[in-house]
Amino acid sequence: MNVNGKAWKVGDHIDTDVIIPARYLNTSDPNELAKYCMIDYDSDFVTKIKTGDIMVAGVNFGCGSSREHAPIAIKVAGISCVIAKTFARIFYRNAINIGLPILESAEASEKIKEGDELEIDLALGKIVNITRKETYTATAFPPFMQELIEQGGLINYTKKKLGTARL
Amino acid sequence: MGQTITEKILAVHTGKTSVKPGELIQAKLDIVLGNDITAPVAINEFNKLGIDKVFATDRIALIPDHFTPNKDIKSAEQVKVLREFAAKMGITHFYDVGEMGVEHALLPEKGIVGPGDLIIGADSHTCTYGALGAFSTGVGSTDMGIAMATGEAWFKVPESIKFVIKGKKKKWVSGKDLILYIIGQIGVDGARYQAMEFTGPAIKDFSIDERFTIANMAIEAGAKNGIFGVDEVTLAYVKGRTIRPYQIYESDADATYVRTIEIDLADVDMQVAFPHLPENTKRIDEAKGLKIDQVVIGSCTNGRIEDLRIAADIMKGKKVAKGVRCIIIPATQQIYKQAMNEGLFNIFIDANAAVSTPTCGPCLGGHMGILAKGERSLATTNRNFVGRMGSTESEVYLASPAVAAASAITGTISSPEEII
Repeated sequence: MNVNGKAWKVGDHIDTDVIIPARYLNTSDPNELAKYCMIDYDSDFVTKIKTGDIMVAGVNFGCGSSREHAPIAIKVAGISCVIAKTFARIFYRNAINIGLPILESAEASEKIKEGDELEIDLALGKIVNITRKETYTATAFPPFMQELIEQGGLINYTKKKLGTARL
Repeated sequence: MGQTITEKILAVHTGKTSVKPGELIQAKLDIVLGNDITAPVAINEFNKLGIDKVFATDRIALIPDHFTPNKDIKSAEQVKVLREFAAKMGITHFYDVGEMGVEHALLPEKGIVGPGDLIIGADSHTCTYGALGAFSTGVGSTDMGIAMATGEAWFKVPESIKFVIKGKKKKWVSGKDLILYIIGQIGVDGARYQAMEFTGPAIKDFSIDERFTIANMAIEAGAKNGIFGVDEVTLAYVKGRTIRPYQIYESDADATYVRTIEIDLADVDMQVAFPHLPENTKRIDEAKGLKIDQVVIGSCTNGRIEDLRIAADIMKGKKVAKGVRCIIIPATQQIYKQAMNEGLFNIFIDANAAVSTPTCGPCLGGHMGILAKGERSLATTNRNFVGRMGSTESEVYLASPAVAAASAITGTISSPEEII
């Protein structure tokens, strides 16, 4: 699957409290959560981005709380992929489980500038920077995670598994 | 080749004799936990699976602790989802207001978790139970939802970092200071995706409550889990308490570690983590004198009886400084009652501190102590991210109960030595 959009750069150690502050966690409605995505980092974030745009972060993206509301808010706000130098582990796991595409690439994180037009082949982990005419390759997922991603997340994967178990 | 305690617990729960770091495994779970923020999402995911019962009614814990007693209508609706799901599924470990406590203080207290267990919780501080020699880690709601159905979860076996703690604790230095010191040394991603194993001759001098504090904050270094071996201190706590048989595992002498970090307690002073990351630690003498508006003593990190006793010792016969709100939150009903019976509440209330029913409350900026723009709080909690306790223009400083109590009295960040 290919996604494309404009790059929005964010810094190191972006924690899940700034991605979706706890004061909005008294609901689990994805559309409601998406309204406040990144509000404590940049209060105009959701109005600035267009569907398909890509977040490009530094190290340890998604650190802190295990709230799955964070990747949900990002996904439903319209972000098609998050690229980071590194991800915090619970966020990494949650993103894969809910089907938010994420890619780890130090090179992409460093070279992409805000506003660059990107085109990404998610299956290959190939990131093309159209603006700068550069290509970066993200770390490949292990086969099990690739399977999870292809099936659209852990729920679909498990449903299939449970279904198979019943046959 | 030898294995670490983390590898052994993961192997046993996978039906294997050994596992190695990097390996992806599907493991059986002993306990699956969720709270009023994460469980509603998990229940929704569970319902998508199209099955009508959980894998085991006595292996799931649903603890509404974050926004409880319900802070608003939306929160009340969230808790109602848990209450109704628990009733429908016949879940044993659902604890409502009056019985509940902050989940990571409550589960060990009730003996729901014990040595050798494999636990996941849809809360990042689930790593707390590593204090008992269990493998315990935080996950998201989808993992929790599926685990409630299958009793299993996937894991990547983590590498382990061995921390060797030696020497003698200085006066007033506690487990909180040690873990803040470690996070200051290795950074908030210093143990990313790894196990932090706490060993060494000085471990015996850390009480079970201090070990809970240390394991609790492993996540603040990015770790997958924090873990201790089982010793007399652990056994004294778990004996007669755990409701299932427990199993003791220990790391082999020839186990493999990605790093070994030695810490001499002679180098560890009281610590304060400055905004906006737990790694921004300073020694108390570098932090002293900063004016504060609020003090919070509580949370899954430091809301246990020993924490309250330390605070009471320091506050006895004194008054909270004018202009400072001091909020004390015992983490469970049992801790609350014990503190009351020991007379600690008289000390707190005579000092003009407020004592609250158990809740996570202000730690995550939920309720019961939210900060206004420009305000500064010193808290015994675990995170000082931007906006964590309220306004994005407020500040949170993390420290031990001793530093928090002393600071409440002086109105500035202070060492207990200044007032005792």
